[in-house]
Amino acid sequence: MLRVEVVTPEKRVWSGEAKMVSARTLEGDLGVLPDHAPLLGVLADGTVSIKTTDGSVNDFVIHGGFISVANNRVSILGESAN
Amino acid sequence: MGAQLRIYRRRMRSVKATKKITKAMELISASRIVKAQQKVAASSPYANELTRAVSAVASLSSTNHPLTTESANPKRAAVLIITADRGMAGAYSNAAIKEGDQLVTLLESRGLEVNPYLVGRKGINFYKFRNRKITQSWSGFSDNPTYAHAKEVSDSLIAAFIADAQTDPNGVDELHIIYTEFKSMITQTPDAKRMLPLEVVESSAPAGLLPMYEFEPNAGEVLNALLPRYIQARVFNAMLQSAASEHAARRRAMKSATDNADELIKSLTRLANAARQAEITQEISEIVGGADALASASAGSE
Repeated sequence: MLRVEVVTPEKRVWSGEAKMVSARTLEGDLGVLPDHAPLLGVLADGTVSIKTTDGSVNDFVIHGGFISVANNRVSILGESAN
Repeated sequence: MGAQLRIYRRRMRSVKATKKITKAMELISASRIVKAQQKVAASSPYANELTRAVSAVASLSSTNHPLTTESANPKRAAVLIITADRGMAGAYSNAAIKEGDQLVTLLESRGLEVNPYLVGRKGINFYKFRNRKITQSWSGFSDNPTYAHAKEVSDSLIAAFIADAQTDPNGVDELHIIYTEFKSMITQTPDAKRMLPLEVVESSAPAGLLPMYEFEPNAGEVLNALLPRYIQARVFNAMLQSAASEHAARRRAMKSATDNADELIKSLTRLANAARQAEITQEISEIVGGADALASASAGSE
């Protein structure tokens, strides 16, 4: 299980448990499953989808962001997210 | 009514009106401190995460970035001073300006030129009145800053830092920031911090060992993207803390103004009572004196 946080400078937009996170970095699409290797990546402006444990999918449009993955914690930081 | 009494009554009315205003401002500030504190708290997850990431990149890779390298012979420094837009906040703005003056003296003793950047109308007016140089200034958001404001300010500071200080008169080698740290509801202290070149030693991150991160696309690119945001987040945090401090300072100033008005009303009431009493006494003695005079006049005619 992944602990996911979506944060902007002004507030924490979303946090919760997820099965999978997919995002687009500058190099291309990226999917994060539990036990992913530690990663720091710059995100391209676009959508980040979070598949939560109850099966629903949350989409966030992230502008100017990056992703950090470590020890099953995923943080998505963006200048704006909605 | 006697003239004296009328003057006391008039002064009491005006003090009461002022008291109403200061009381209202006190209550408004009190409610805004809480909001400002919540904003500081709300911004911390982002700032913490960013600090962690920056220290991870800085410690795991040997990339050199212009924002972290110190100039061999620094020529100029930028000082960002955060003050209030409005007064009625006691010594809040002046304390920050004074702290700024101290820093400027220190920098000049090291042989650096200083480029002042100002946030807040109070600081701008202070500098303008004394005909001091202002490199750039912003105002209108001191009591409720947003990230967009912080971004605007830090972008122009970063641009000045990246420009070559030896050739460009706006280029700087160092960047310092003066803001008012919100320690508690009763203590706020002006504080000077060096922002650039960055010293990424703040390993306040809880977990001692950082995981071996992979970088995407590569460490250099990640650092390029992270560092400007790290600065923005720190400027934003400084602005939010200053805003909270401003409200706290204003609340305290308005509270003592209200207390003073109470005090003043009390002593004016005493004076007015004494004046009224003196008036009555005088009237009585006039009547008694008049009656006596009449009585003795009619007694003499018989």
